[in-house]
Amino acid sequence: MAQSTQLHVVTGKGGTGKTTVAAALAMSLAGQGKKVLLCEVEGRQGIAQLFDVPPLPYEERKIAVGLGGGEVYALAIDPEAALLEYLAMYYRLGRAGKALDKFGIIDFATTIAPGVRDVLLTGKVYEAARRRTGGRFTYDAVIMDAPPTGRITRFLNVNSEVAGLAKVGPIRRQADSIMEMMRAPETRVHLVTVLEEMPVQETIDGIAELTSERLPVGHVILNLVRPSVLSGVSQKALAAGSVRPAEVASVLAAIGLERDVTVAEALIAEGEAHLERQRLQDAQREILDDCGRPLVELPLLSDGIDLGALFELAEQLGDLR
Amino acid sequence: MTGKAQTSPSTRKGRTSPRGGTGSGTGTSSGGRLDVDALLDDPATRIVVCCGSGGVGKTTTAAALALRAAEKGRSVCVLTIDPARRLAQSMGLTELDNTPRPVTGAALDGGSLDAMMLDMKRTFDEVVEQHATPEKAAQILTNPFYVALSSSFAGTQEYMAMEKLGQLHATGRWDLIVVDTPPSRSALDFLDAPDRLSSMLDGRFIKLLLAPAKGPARLISAGFGIVTSALNKILGAQVLTDMQTFIAAFDTLFGGFRQRAEGTYALLQARGTAFVVVAAPEPAAMREASYFVERLAGEQMPLAGLVVNRVHETGAGGISAVDAESAAQRLVDGSADDDRTAGELLMIHAERMRVAAREERLKRRFGAAHPGVPTVSVAALAGDVHDLDGLRRIGDLLAGDGV
Ligand SMILES: Nc1ncnc2c1ncn2[C@@H]1O[C@H](COP(=O)(O)OP(=O)(O)OP(=O)(O)O)[C@@H](O)[C@H]1O
Ligand SMILES: [Mg+2]
Repeated sequence: MAQSTQLHVVTGKGGTGKTTVAAALAMSLAGQGKKVLLCEVEGRQGIAQLFDVPPLPYEERKIAVGLGGGEVYALAIDPEAALLEYLAMYYRLGRAGKALDKFGIIDFATTIAPGVRDVLLTGKVYEAARRRTGGRFTYDAVIMDAPPTGRITRFLNVNSEVAGLAKVGPIRRQADSIMEMMRAPETRVHLVTVLEEMPVQETIDGIAELTSERLPVGHVILNLVRPSVLSGVSQKALAAGSVRPAEVASVLAAIGLERDVTVAEALIAEGEAHLERQRLQDAQREILDDCGRPLVELPLLSDGIDLGALFELAEQLGDLR
Repeated sequence: MTGKAQTSPSTRKGRTSPRGGTGSGTGTSSGGRLDVDALLDDPATRIVVCCGSGGVGKTTTAAALALRAAEKGRSVCVLTIDPARRLAQSMGLTELDNTPRPVTGAALDGGSLDAMMLDMKRTFDEVVEQHATPEKAAQILTNPFYVALSSSFAGTQEYMAMEKLGQLHATGRWDLIVVDTPPSRSALDFLDAPDRLSSMLDGRFIKLLLAPAKGPARLISAGFGIVTSALNKILGAQVLTDMQTFIAAFDTLFGGFRQRAEGTYALLQARGTAFVVVAAPEPAAMREASYFVERLAGEQMPLAGLVVNRVHETGAGGISAVDAESAAQRLVDGSADDDRTAGELLMIHAERMRVAAREERLKRRFGAAHPGVPTVSVAALAGDVHDLDGLRRIGDLLAGDGV
């Protein structure tokens, strides 16, 4: 029997849409009637901003309901609070916990001590993913808005980090159990990317790194994809340079847009730029076609991301299983 | 990309000085155009720092400015952080030895261009080696706490970028150094990181940890006893020993580190330094740029101006989005290829007009809030910038020379 509930870890290069995708996935699962926990670990309050609610405390709060009757809870995991909670839970370190704080040691442990911060952050996720209420998992799925691709393997692989540090003791044992969950069949690490050279390269490197650490890679999500406006005929004509400004100008004139040739030239230049961007996008998509992981595409929504947009993205995203 | 998600700056967690207070909007007044050529031509300009939030094109801007200055005859070094692979290759940044190398292919007219890519761990190691005895350095370099601090501590990259800048400047080999800054979550991190790091290493806890090794036992308070036994319980006894070794070994370096950080800070405030804030025409990046401009003013650091990178312009502004769209609707249903193509071009144009209007609004708002800041917009190229020609084009756009 599974030890933990479904865990989705969402990573990607900075700014490619990790938070947005993690939230859309939460909405998608809630749309199927599931109870979902959406966690963030970088102290950014990205979830609160996205859902337009006040900053999240270190406490699970309901922030949305799915169309299918499911619920989305959110949690901003803070390493200092997690450490104090951990100490209180396992050691009943009420007073000493405070003392630790006073000496600045909490700060030290969560900032410099190698790996401790990550053990605490992933440890809280671990706890939530295993928690049970009335004989079943409290959440049907836990989704983590994770650190970027460049740091993800290190972040999830807490074991190797603390190995150099704690060879025995509870932190080490905790790290071992976390690793077990990260590699469990219920877990998936998804990578979000945009179709540009650097993020795509990072995605491919990331897949290789995760795989070599036996961390289970799920989907690659292509975000901010620009829809192609040009038909095959127009593409060919633009590529061949056979769209004549004079012809375009006369079409414009015929429908009442009296325009001169320089305007037509500008329109053609805009079309060429669009085509070139589309080509670059296609080239990057082709590279990812060979990455061995399933791809999901999300369009660039030009009016930005609000709740309605999240529903729209959720629908396209599916459940990533 | 506008959206609700970005309209609540109050939720932002900030540990740093004056933000908010974005002025009351003084109409359309602005600081005029950022004159990049005047900045680069001025021999008094010795350091240009390109800063801004992640993903806005800092590296490209830094490289383009450096190349332009070198081709104007100056002797330039550019310090980049994480350049895209192909751009790195085109600048000869294939040897990762943490020292500047000449860039070949620049059209030099008495000038020179060297480039390097920051290796943060190596930079940190070098500082340690330089300041500690060989035995002590060896002890520090293998300590797990040091390894973590030098390779993954948030802020180390920022710290080391500034350290490297200080080193390059001290050699006196170049008359202009252009620096890129790390892709921080917040553009301000690189100003704060050195201080955070040194106050961390200088904190009470560290002093206490050191006390048993150094001073009389009575310094160990009862409270600290609880602390250490708790730590031993959680982490295992070895950890505390490692920590003490690390801190004792590092202690001798603290003074040096502090001093260096202060020196670099002073360098950033110096006369020959100019900050160029880079932003993308998107709400989050422009907001970050606003914070940065305010912060630089607060720190008395000299701001040259703002670069708004990747803006969408149009040469067919006479056709409005609405007109383009309705005309397009009629045309794309037609059967003639010419009509369809023209219709599709109009659809592309309509979208571009909307984007351009949104970007224009963001720029106007920034200008109203920061009327004294010279600004320049750089058009979005359709492709990536991955060679010297691409950098030259960006340089031209930065200088307002058109395409
Ligand atoms: N499909 C989309 N369509 C339109 N805008 C989008 C889409 N996905 C994300 N965005 C926008 O892109 C920006 C970055 O998205 P988001 O904050 O989710 O990225 P992130 O990867 O979490 O960034 P960070 O690395 O800073 O945490 C936001 O302004 C968001 O609203
Ligand atoms: Mg995010």
